[in-house]
Amino acid sequence: MTQYQKPTTLFEVLMGGTVLAFLLLLTVGTVIAVGTATSFQQGLNPSDWAAIRFTILQALTSAALSIMIAIPTARALARQQFRGRQIMISLLGAPFILPAIVAVLGIIAVWGRSGLISDGLKALGTEPLNIYGFTGIILAHIFFNLPLATRLILQGWLAIPSEHFRLAAQLGFSTSEINRRLERPMLLSIIPGAFLLIFLLCITSFAVALALGGGPRATTVELAIYQAIRFDFDLSKAATLAIIQFGICTLIALVALKIARPMDFTISLDQPAKRWDGHERRTRTFDKVLLLLVAFFLFAPLISILLKGLQPLLSLPTQVWPALWKSVSIAIPAALITTTSATALAALIASLSKHTATAVESVGFLTLAASPFVIGTGLFILLNPYFNPFALALPLTIAVNVIMSLPFALRIILPAITRNQNDYGRLGASLGMTGITFFRLAIWPRIKRALGFATGLSAALSMGDLGVVTLFAPPDFATLPLTMYRLMAAYQMDAAAGTALLLVATSLALFWIFDRGGRSDHFI
Amino acid sequence: MKTLLLAAGLTAMTTLAHAQDKPVLTVYTYDSFVTDWGPGPAIEKAFETTCDCDLQLVAAGDGASLLSRIQLEGARSDADIVLGLDTNLTARAKATGLFATLSTSPNGLDVPVEWNDDTFAPYDWGYFAFIYDNTKLEKVPGSFQELINSHKNLKIIIQDPRSSTPGLGLLMWVKTAYPNTADQIWKALAPRILTVTKGWSEAYGMFLEGEADMVLSYTTSPAYHIIAEEDATKSAASFSEGHYLQIEVAGKLKSADQPELADKFLDFMTSNEFQSIIPTTNWMYPAKFPQEGLPKGFETLITPVDSLIASAKDAEEIRDIALSEWLTALSQ
Repeated sequence: MTQYQKPTTLFEVLMGGTVLAFLLLLTVGTVIAVGTATSFQQGLNPSDWAAIRFTILQALTSAALSIMIAIPTARALARQQFRGRQIMISLLGAPFILPAIVAVLGIIAVWGRSGLISDGLKALGTEPLNIYGFTGIILAHIFFNLPLATRLILQGWLAIPSEHFRLAAQLGFSTSEINRRLERPMLLSIIPGAFLLIFLLCITSFAVALALGGGPRATTVELAIYQAIRFDFDLSKAATLAIIQFGICTLIALVALKIARPMDFTISLDQPAKRWDGHERRTRTFDKVLLLLVAFFLFAPLISILLKGLQPLLSLPTQVWPALWKSVSIAIPAALITTTSATALAALIASLSKHTATAVESVGFLTLAASPFVIGTGLFILLNPYFNPFALALPLTIAVNVIMSLPFALRIILPAITRNQNDYGRLGASLGMTGITFFRLAIWPRIKRALGFATGLSAALSMGDLGVVTLFAPPDFATLPLTMYRLMAAYQMDAAAGTALLLVATSLALFWIFDRGGRSDHFI
Repeated sequence: MKTLLLAAGLTAMTTLAHAQDKPVLTVYTYDSFVTDWGPGPAIEKAFETTCDCDLQLVAAGDGASLLSRIQLEGARSDADIVLGLDTNLTARAKATGLFATLSTSPNGLDVPVEWNDDTFAPYDWGYFAFIYDNTKLEKVPGSFQELINSHKNLKIIIQDPRSSTPGLGLLMWVKTAYPNTADQIWKALAPRILTVTKGWSEAYGMFLEGEADMVLSYTTSPAYHIIAEEDATKSAASFSEGHYLQIEVAGKLKSADQPELADKFLDFMTSNEFQSIIPTTNWMYPAKFPQEGLPKGFETLITPVDSLIASAKDAEEIRDIALSEWLTALSQ
């Protein structure tokens, strides 16, 4: 089926263009601001190049492994029905939104030298585990990103029209034939984007990579940027490193988006996906064992966070509550603006020709490769001469949270919009349906699941964000993650554990409300 | 976009209107100083009763990032005072030319070394040390050499000198204890190091979880556990090479809007009122011991035989060499 090419409307250009300009200002603009603020330039030394090599290597490994495990996991979730499936899908959002320090403590509670597994090994008389090093980094990155990859791929599975599965069942397709005819084309369209997303997330990893990486061998570009800004105050070097990070991002983005193939399934009647396959005994056993392993891997650290935080949660210091309110009042507007912006950008991309669309889409990913330190510092340099930075704390925090969660929202919403355009654009055009009517009848019902997921994810991400704009935070501007870090710095590890649990619970609740809202009349 | 700008404008106006009443003294400091668990609130209250002013303590990053922040803002800075640099950074801070000399030099200090800096005044100090659980660790190493030669399963957690003040402190500790062989010490220490964290909190949190036998912190850390938690299981290991000293200081900016008020604050900083707040909020030794003495519990802490410290000038000179030695030794 050839793709339907809808003409780009002025509205789409204006809306999408504004978002695009905003993105470029905060990414490229801040780099330029940082790079031109000072004149001296140390240049890159061998350890910076080592950091660049290491960053790419760990990000490629983390992304590849996350995807490799996510594919069978998503398939198992798509084709098996079992009690707790819904809860498992909802909880998949949890690891992804954990603040770095909480995740590290959760992971070591299971995998550490004094963790669950090591205790078992010691009881058996063997040496405790030592994950510190490359293994530790990869483990942590899979913990963070496997759930995201699984959710993205699961979306793809559920997007295969159920009529196809029915037909496959009628024709007596085996599991491998279903795989070849239906699943592989779908995977080809979803995986490059998901891979790219995870790769980019791992690129800017810093605190986690260092803590579990066992030492300065695990220096990432992000740490080098942090060092340049904070330790050496060599802003031009920070800008150079940030540009290299953008370069890596753009390269991988172009490759990934080139490989990606749009899904070419025929129009369906939007019936809930029912599956007739996957009932062979071997397949069922495989799926169940896999899901159990994944559940243990993802949820054991979460349970340890829950157990540690439960008691202190009942006696949290009073400062925590205004911080919770502050974080929620950042997260909700940020999430709504993110979803609106991502929809505007996705609509623009869907209406462009392949090449332009790829370029615009790459810009949408750029913020993921942007260093939070560079964005923060760049904004500070740009705004400080004209504004009192403290007065801007709230709008800037929201703005930065928006651009930080935009790539995820775009990744989720774009496939839904493109598919819809392909399926119904022609029909809509032939019926003379345009604007609001077309949106209400044809687009909205088919993208709202994606919108709900995107909004939920953005809200949760904004909750957990430590605040790129700490440079702008006035004395009384304390978000929940910031309060948690402050408690830790004041030796109050128990109160911090309680705050962490509150943070995770609130993020999950926000995620669940929006995500659920989007699925209100669907059977996922 | 438009609403954002509008909101920004409105907030800016209310902030301005609010600030008109009393003179405002703005002090940039680190995060843990201003929080409700740090010295900030008590100090603010105490100073405001004497000055008829509004003391604004602003968390502006810690250690080196506090200095970067001032460099970013330059002469435009709203800050009158920067509180929270240490002697490893004062030479660099002076070189920026943004700091004014002190109007009165502090006297009667209880800092273990002679104080003769004309730009910065100290408010507290502490020794870096490795903390361990005295119910678990039996053979406690008494020096870097003993640490190197200890059991192969003895692990320590340290912080990265590029992102953490204690991390930088350890770098200077090893370098001043072993000026010529620091690189070999690091190489030999490498197998003992479980991991390196971005900041103190990660390292200390992991230590409390039982991940490692020792963690880099301060000799005063056990005081927190003793006083606030009635827990006597944490101790600092005394090292025969001596312990590196961290002296935390404050200085006045040349661009201060309230220079007199700033001088007044710097004087207040070594007063009994300010100093008696420090031990159980910042968990460091006060620069001038309070008249009533140190809080109960501090007498149980170890007192290093030798205080090691690089002069501000030396610290600046050896920092980069020490860092590259550290990176080389631990990256192999």
